[in-house]
Amino acid sequence: MAAAPEDMVQGRKPAWRRALTHGPLNVFLILMALFWMTPTFGLFITSFRTAGDSAESGWWTVFSEPRQMTLEPYKDLLNNEGLVTAIVNTVKITVPSAILVVLVAALAAYAFAWIDFKGREPLFILVIALLVVPLQMALIPIARLFGTIGLFGTVWAAIVFHIAFGLPFAIFLLRNFFIGIPHELLEAARIDGASEWAIFSKIVLPLGMPAIASLGIFQFLWTWNDLLVGLVFTDSSSAPITVFIRDQLRQFGSNLEVIAPAAFLSMIVPLIVFFAFQRYFVQGLLAGSIK
Amino acid sequence: MASTAADVRPGVGPRAKMEIQRPPGAAKRWLALLFLLPALFLLGAIVVYPTIDTIAQSFQHDTSRAWVGLANYERAAQADTIITALKNNAVWVLSAPAIITSLGLMFAILTERVKYSTAIKIIVFMPMAISFLATGVIWRLMYEPSPSQGLINAAIAKVVDVTGGAGAYPTATVLPDGAATQEPSGAVTLNEPIQAGETALLGLTAIGETDVPEDAVQASQPEVSGNSLGIVVWRDFKPGGGEPGVVEEGELGLPGAQVEVLDSSGAVVASGTTEADGSVVLDDLEGGPFTPRVAAATFSQGFTGIRWLAADLVTPAIIAAFCWMWGGFALVVIGAGLAALPRDVLEAARVDGANEWQTFRYVTLPLLGPVLGVVFVTMVINVLKIFDIIFMAPGASQDEANVIAVEMVRTAFTSRQYGVGSVIAVLIFALVIPIMFLNIRRFRRQET
Repeated sequence: MAAAPEDMVQGRKPAWRRALTHGPLNVFLILMALFWMTPTFGLFITSFRTAGDSAESGWWTVFSEPRQMTLEPYKDLLNNEGLVTAIVNTVKITVPSAILVVLVAALAAYAFAWIDFKGREPLFILVIALLVVPLQMALIPIARLFGTIGLFGTVWAAIVFHIAFGLPFAIFLLRNFFIGIPHELLEAARIDGASEWAIFSKIVLPLGMPAIASLGIFQFLWTWNDLLVGLVFTDSSSAPITVFIRDQLRQFGSNLEVIAPAAFLSMIVPLIVFFAFQRYFVQGLLAGSIK
Repeated sequence: MASTAADVRPGVGPRAKMEIQRPPGAAKRWLALLFLLPALFLLGAIVVYPTIDTIAQSFQHDTSRAWVGLANYERAAQADTIITALKNNAVWVLSAPAIITSLGLMFAILTERVKYSTAIKIIVFMPMAISFLATGVIWRLMYEPSPSQGLINAAIAKVVDVTGGAGAYPTATVLPDGAATQEPSGAVTLNEPIQAGETALLGLTAIGETDVPEDAVQASQPEVSGNSLGIVVWRDFKPGGGEPGVVEEGELGLPGAQVEVLDSSGAVVASGTTEADGSVVLDDLEGGPFTPRVAAATFSQGFTGIRWLAADLVTPAIIAAFCWMWGGFALVVIGAGLAALPRDVLEAARVDGANEWQTFRYVTLPLLGPVLGVVFVTMVINVLKIFDIIFMAPGASQDEANVIAVEMVRTAFTSRQYGVGSVIAVLIFALVIPIMFLNIRRFRRQET
C-alpha cells in the first residue's frame, strides 16, 4: 500500500496535525454554515427595524448602529387585528388536522397491518397510488362540494382537505411501522381474548409512538406552512397567517415593517417544533417523508 | 413517496409478509371495515372522487358541464402562459433535483469527516422547517436590487468598489456645441488639441448643487510654464445666465475629477486629479499637440445593483432559494445512507490499494445509488408541484417565473376557467404518474 488512507492513520496523528490537515475543510464547512444561516438571520434583524431604517439602509447596518433595533414593529403587529386573527386561524386549522390525521391513519394502518381481510393488498396499493396525487386534482371539485354543503370559507374546509391529503402518506408510514411490531405480542393478546380495539389501543398505539410522533410533527409543519389550501378554501375571516402575509406582499419594500415580523412570527412555531423534536423530525424524514 | 423507509431506515422496513397473521375467525372483514371506514370515507370523498371529477371537467364546459370534447385541451395548448409555465417547469426539473442531490452528497461526505457534523446538519436542515412563503420573504430581502438593502448586491458592490466604484460626478455632462464633447465611454474630451504651456477649459454641467463637494472653491486658471499643461474642470453654470465655456466669478471648481492627457497617437502621457479650485497642472510635457480629457471613471455610475428578480434572472434566482431550502433534506438523507454503508467493503477497497477518489467512485457511489435515487425522485416530485415560492417570491416578474401549479390556480380561481384549469391539473397528474407506478412496483417487490 503506497499511501495509507487518511482515515486509517488518523487515530495516530497528533491533534494539531489533524487540525492542520482538516484546516481547509473546517474553514469551508464553517463558511457554508454561516452562508446558510445568513438569510434567516437577515430576516430576523429586519423584523426589528422601522420601515424608515429599512428603506435607507440594509439590515447589517445594526452592527454599527445597534440603536436601530426596536420592538415597535412587533408591538404594531400585535395590535393588528388581521394578523392576530390569522395566527389564531392557523392554530385552529393546524392542531385538529395534525391530531385527526394521526388518529384516522392509525386505525387504517392497524387494519392494513394486522387484520387479515379480503382485498387488503389491492386497497393498500390504492393508498400507495394516492401518495403522489397532486392536490390540484381536487381543488375545483372540492371547492364546489364545500360550497354546496356550506363548508367553504371556514377553517373546517381547510382542516378536512388537509386530513384527506395527509392520509395516504400517514397510512403508509404507520402501516410500515406497525407491521414491524413483533407479532407474538399480538398473538398472545388475541389468545388471551383481547378485542381488536384493546390490542390497537393498548399494544399497537404505545409501541407505535415514535412513528406517530414523527407523523404528527410532519403533518403539523405541513399544515402550518401551507399556503395553497388556505388560499383556495378559506375567506378573510378564516385565512391562516400564510395567506395574511401573502396579501401584504404586493408592496414588498414599503410593507416590510409588517411582512418581516409577520414572516418571522410564522416561522417561530415551526422552528420551536423543529428544535424540540429534531430526533422525530429526522426519523420521520428518513422513514419516507415526501408527499 | 413510497420506498424510503426500507432504503434508509434500519429496522422498520416492511419485512413481515402480509400473510403472516391469521386472526381467529374468518369474518374479519366487517371489523377491518370499521377500522378503515374514516380513512376510506375521506380518501374517497376528498381525493378519489375529485380526481375523477377533475378529469371529467377537463372535457366539459366551465359551468354547464356539457361535454365539449378536446376544446379545453386545445385552448390550453394555445395559451402562452401555460407554454411559459411548462418551459419553466422543465428548467426546474432539469436543474434543481440534480443540484440538490449533488449538494447533499458533497455536504454529507464532507461533514462525515468532522466532529461537529450534527451542528452543521441542523443549521443546513433548519430551512426545511419553515414555509415556502417565509423562504420567499427571506430571499426577496436578500435579492433586493438596491445595494443599500439587498445583501447580495451589497456584497457585489463591495467587490466592485475595490476595483473602482462610482465616479466623483456620475450625472455630469457637457453643453452641446461647446469646446469639449462627451464620448460614449463617458470621457469628456477637448475638441481642439492644444500645445504645452496652454490651459484646457473643460466645463461640466448637470451637476446639482448638493453634488458639488463641500471643499470646492471659486474656479480659477492655474499658472502654466512652457513644459507643462493646465486643465480646469469646473461647474460651467451660474444662476441667472453667464457665458458658457468661460470661467466666471461665482462658478465653482470641481475637485476630485480624474484628468488625462493624450498625445497625437492617442496614448495617455500624463494624468492627475483636480484641486479644490478645479485646476491641475501636469508637468514634463514638451511640444504637442495634446488632447486633454476628463477620464470616463469620473462619470462612472458605479454599481447600481443586479435586479435578480427581473424577468431574465428570476427563475435561476428562485431555484437558488429552493436549493437553500432543500439542501438540508438531501444532506440528512444521504448522510444517513452514508452512515449505513457496510464498513468492511470500504475497508476492503482501501486494503486493495484504492485511493480516496477510487473508493468514492467505484465503491461509495454505487452503494449510495438507491439513496441518491430517492432524494432525486423526491425532488422531481416536489419541483413538479412547486407552487408557494413562485406564487409570492418574484413580485413583478410572476408571469416570467410562472410554473404549472401556479398557472392552474390562476386559471381556475382567478380567471374562473374551470375547464382549462382542470386540463392543467390533469397535466400535473400525468407527469407524476410514472412515479406512482415506480412506487407500486417497489412495494410489490418488497412484499414478496
